[in-house]
Amino acid sequence: MLKAGRLIAVLMTLGLHSASFAAGGAKLEPAGNDVDNVVSLQRGARNFMNYCSGCHSARYVRFNNVARGLGLSEDQVIENLMFNAEKTFETIRAAMPAEDAARWFGQAPPDLSLMARARGTDYVYSFLKGFYIDPDSPTGVDNVILAGTSMPHVLWELQGLQTAEFTNVEQQGVVFDRFELFSPGALSPEEYDSFVRDTVNFMEYIAEPVRSTRRKLGVWVLMFLTVFLVIASMLKKQIWKDVT
Amino acid sequence: MARIESEIGTPKGGFMKWIDDRFPFTETLKAHATEYYASKNFNIWYIFGVLATVVLVIQLLTGIFLTMNYKPSAAEAFASVEYIMRDVEWGWLIRYMHSTGASFFFIVVYLHMFRAMLYGSYKKPRELIWIIGMLIFFVLMAEAFAGYLLPWGQMSYWGAQVIISLFGAIPFVGETLVEYIRGDYSISDITLNRFFALHVIALPLALVALVFVHIVALHHVGSNNPDGIEIKNHKGPDGIPLDGVAFHPYHTSKDLVYIIAFLMIFSFVMFFAPEMGGYFLEHANFEPANTMATPEHIAPVWYFTPFYAILRAVPNKLWGAILMAAAVLLPLFLPWLDRSRVKSIRYRGWIYKTALAVFAVSFLVLGWLGVQPAEGVYVMMARIFSVLYFGFFLLMPYYTAIDKTKPVPDRVVYHA
Amino acid sequence: MTDDVDRNRRHFLTVATAVTGGAGIALAAIPFLSSLKPSARAQALGAPVEVPIGSLEPGEMIRVEWRGRLVFVLRRSKEMLERLDQTKEMDLLRDPDSAVVEQQPQFAVNGYRSIKPEFLVLEGSCTHLGCAPLPQFQVGPSDDWFGGFFCPCHGSKFDLAGRVYKGVPAPTNLRVPPYRFIRDDVIMIGAETGAA
Repeated sequence: MLKAGRLIAVLMTLGLHSASFAAGGAKLEPAGNDVDNVVSLQRGARNFMNYCSGCHSARYVRFNNVARGLGLSEDQVIENLMFNAEKTFETIRAAMPAEDAARWFGQAPPDLSLMARARGTDYVYSFLKGFYIDPDSPTGVDNVILAGTSMPHVLWELQGLQTAEFTNVEQQGVVFDRFELFSPGALSPEEYDSFVRDTVNFMEYIAEPVRSTRRKLGVWVLMFLTVFLVIASMLKKQIWKDVT
Repeated sequence: MARIESEIGTPKGGFMKWIDDRFPFTETLKAHATEYYASKNFNIWYIFGVLATVVLVIQLLTGIFLTMNYKPSAAEAFASVEYIMRDVEWGWLIRYMHSTGASFFFIVVYLHMFRAMLYGSYKKPRELIWIIGMLIFFVLMAEAFAGYLLPWGQMSYWGAQVIISLFGAIPFVGETLVEYIRGDYSISDITLNRFFALHVIALPLALVALVFVHIVALHHVGSNNPDGIEIKNHKGPDGIPLDGVAFHPYHTSKDLVYIIAFLMIFSFVMFFAPEMGGYFLEHANFEPANTMATPEHIAPVWYFTPFYAILRAVPNKLWGAILMAAAVLLPLFLPWLDRSRVKSIRYRGWIYKTALAVFAVSFLVLGWLGVQPAEGVYVMMARIFSVLYFGFFLLMPYYTAIDKTKPVPDRVVYHA
Repeated sequence: MTDDVDRNRRHFLTVATAVTGGAGIALAAIPFLSSLKPSARAQALGAPVEVPIGSLEPGEMIRVEWRGRLVFVLRRSKEMLERLDQTKEMDLLRDPDSAVVEQQPQFAVNGYRSIKPEFLVLEGSCTHLGCAPLPQFQVGPSDDWFGGFFCPCHGSKFDLAGRVYKGVPAPTNLRVPPYRFIRDDVIMIGAETGAA
């Protein structure tokens, strides 16, 4: 039965989920993350808290709910994830005050609770991989997914720095072609991909923490309704025997 | 059969008698259930009225519970929806029921209306049922529109911005009217607050009252059927229509089967694809309303897109608005546009069958066009199908009059 | 013959449908009823609160809020503690030994209704209809008043351990909330155990 539920879920995902959110700029690369992979989510949570939560909040996400959803004990969460919170029922707040951020970056970094749901995981994945050297930008980098972003390349030490090659395509003008690695980072390209994938995975999880609950419950509800349908059909047939 | 009648039909002593002496309980039950006779040959098209009622109940019930946790203020609305989705126990389920229910309401109502067009249910003596039904549809559109602002996401905000601006196209009073609707110089906390009042009190009250009147009128005239025959014209010696069966237990037992099947489809969407690929819950609405930046791609929710496509097909603000309003209002006149002597599609000629098919296709294509960008070939297509849409209604008096109809049998077609 | 079989079958199916439908409605009601419970936010806001008591003088009382409710923290003087015996000996109290289980955690079932005799922690909500009782710690003027809490709404009286007097509308002693000493000078109201 679980298998059937999973199959249904996969079919739905194939059919509907991956609608492209292309927002100009380069083509989106599929994130290929799996929200049911708890280990990946745990790694993603650590990445998120280490690299994102300095500037970005996730103000609807409570630590104790993350603990429950990721199969962690509250103590593990306190030790590994809670850097600027005291109680497990608190939500993820940015370490940096929003007003300071707005002053430094021109605008406050957006809350990330729902980012994966609003823009799609492919978008976030491609964005985090899309920084390239741009000497004209105040942050020294620009992004092929979101041109002119005010976000600096926070992960450059991991990814390294890359340059972007653009080509002139007829009718379309200048179009992004490919990246060239300028200086390697601490991670290999494959390691960096999976680092970003885990992070995006966690962001998809926090965007809708009830996802796995709702799908499990859905299987039970459909089973119940199927039984009910059979009984009700038998009753209907029996009653309609009167009608000629 | 006899057993069931004795259980509900006959007045008893004791408690039921006490009630019936003071309130026509048993009598009402008889008139509307055990002795309300509807044709035995209803097909699947006849389920959507019942299903619309089911969805109405779902929406009212989930709406009440959402109202307990929702905050109708610009500062708190978006956060309160996430609060419902995360912090309120089972809040996510109640919210998904409501958001899925909104879309299913329109699916069911559109099919219900199409049924009436298939079998001529709007024709004499059911004109008033049709008109009340259209009023329900108008209120439902207003209800859905008001409700869509409440999550206060990007789509809520900019969708409302676009639709409310439409009223500005009205000459002389337009701009003033827009300010009266918004209660402000732009869509704001004030607008949200009053839309909340409309969505949770005024419009649901109107909806429930109209649905009640719709059913009273229906039960007064009697239900139509796929043959478009008045079953009351052929009664047995006991005064019961020969082709009718009692609503309860016959139609209730049949409806129950369909209701369960419907709930399965409903649950499937709600549990496995509540966003329905961005059509039931739009992606951009997961970002809080930002008065400074419009989302790149803005389209109304799917159930408004056929009319939205007509609006965009016209390169003039006023005429676009007029034609859109006309597209919504035209079906109201169907009882008088249709000159055919028969009701059901079964006995109509090829002209009406073709026209109805063209209409159905136009409506679907316009719906699809409404979510496409308004450029290039799409604009051309929108114009062509808009013309077809209006042609269906405006030419109806002509083509229904000349259409060759088949003879209608005396009794309904039924195979046990 | 077949008619009988049909009738039985129909009856059985009617009952089966009704039971299944009823069960479905009951199950569907669970989420709606559960949604009425205090939410995660309410639980977060209702989390235990820490109260520093180091600066309290004997005879001094502070009011704190826990879960939106008023809580009294009173440091009883030696003399006040002695008065507790008098109310009991004169048989003025309805429940002198804190027999009603719900009104205090197990640790407060003693003559002082507290962990440490000095410190009294009470919910400031009259057990009659929920008004906030007023502290009136001085003895008299009537000869059966040894100091305690007086509810202005309907005249209920409680002694310096929150024990209810006889002959007043309040049925039970004032409630002692769960609390514990984190340090000698800090108490945490709302939890008997658990991390700070």
